[in-house]
Amino acid sequence: MTDGLGAGRPDAPRGGWRTATVSRVRRPLQRSVELRLDVLDRIDHMAGQHYVVRLTAEDGYTAQRSYSIASAPSDPLVELFIERLDDGEVSTYLADVVEPGDELEVRGPIGGWFVWDGETPALLVAGGYGVVPFVAMIRHARELGRLDLLRVAVSSRTLAELPYAEDLMDAGALVVLTREPHGIRPAGRLTATDLLPLWEPGQTGYVCGSASFAEAASQLLVGMGFPPPQVRVERFGPSGGPA
Amino acid sequence: MPGPTRGFLGRRARDPRLPPGQYDVGRDWPVLTAEPTPRIAPETWSITVDGMVEDPTTWTWDEAHRLPPSEYRGDIHCVTTWSKFDTQFAGVSVDTLLEAARPTAEAHFVMATSKTGYTTNLPLEHVTGGKAWVVWEFDGKPLPIEHGGPVRLLVPHLYFWKSAKWVSKLSLLARDQPGFWEQNGYHDLGDPWRQQRYQGD
Repeated sequence: MTDGLGAGRPDAPRGGWRTATVSRVRRPLQRSVELRLDVLDRIDHMAGQHYVVRLTAEDGYTAQRSYSIASAPSDPLVELFIERLDDGEVSTYLADVVEPGDELEVRGPIGGWFVWDGETPALLVAGGYGVVPFVAMIRHARELGRLDLLRVAVSSRTLAELPYAEDLMDAGALVVLTREPHGIRPAGRLTATDLLPLWEPGQTGYVCGSASFAEAASQLLVGMGFPPPQVRVERFGPSGGPA
Repeated sequence: MPGPTRGFLGRRARDPRLPPGQYDVGRDWPVLTAEPTPRIAPETWSITVDGMVEDPTTWTWDEAHRLPPSEYRGDIHCVTTWSKFDTQFAGVSVDTLLEAARPTAEAHFVMATSKTGYTTNLPLEHVTGGKAWVVWEFDGKPLPIEHGGPVRLLVPHLYFWKSAKWVSKLSLLARDQPGFWEQNGYHDLGDPWRQQRYQGD
């Protein structure tokens, strides 16, 4: 446990505050919104990085939250997929109020730890909306012709509640549902038995999901023999990133 | 400064204890960590103060508990924009540890290191004078492992990634060097009242 965390990618791109124009708003799932943003003077991201969205009220009050990027670096637009939390003052605005043509203040890309370089094997394990940064990785890998580097497992309550379900299954993701059977697999939580066939030597583990999911999944990887520094975790409650 | 966002009202009442851009998380205490949670038995934990000090010193769990107790009551602020009011932590003041180890005149910075290898850097004057603690209790109970138990650093006037979970070493340095999140884009000081979230703020 004392062999140290990896350094991450201190050279990962980072951008300051920018103006983004909302180019498309879709609601493919209930209680969520997909935003496609045209970011002025954008700095290309690495798959796994995130943006901050900052809202400003007439009286100068501001609220900001971090959201993972779902789009590949080559995409001319930045795509965010946001869960609408009933008491979320930013997510309710983004889901209920935002229309194409609106301008939003954004900052990014941000983050040098939870990023994938497009070159090394990785095991991606997501719960629910934790799939979003992995969608960026999958899209990036597909363009590189290196989907073989990624093994993906996702857990959701039901298939209808899983964001990007088609993209994930197209990429060969193992889909585990906790409230309904999926194929021959009965409903149930993700287990080591699910993950073992996805293990390959030299993988870095990436885990993204709610705090409880991330805790359970990262312990599964450590139990399978992943050295803890080889497991990168992004937990979100209110949001991701460091405490 | 850009203008207001169309149609955004900012519905929450403002509490003067909230730094800019923060919201009150209430009774929740979100867990945000970059790594798997380690399992650390108190018997195997120790805290070391080394680097530019006259007397590098290590305290075991029992030895640390025999130091004069100290507690913090107040608010904590996470860079991901939640703040938590009226927390209570207990342990020992970092001042007590530094009094024993005696930093040299050249020491101006501290690198805190966790059992997991997580690191974070702090200016020395931000962990002295009653501003920082090494804590093992939250609200009168043992600090939960997901919140850094058995022992974490507590520097509540800075964003909470500075309060390294599972802390095991404080190294005194002459020059600042970036820790884990600081290498990955986050600010070297992290003052919530100045919104020092990312490098360059």
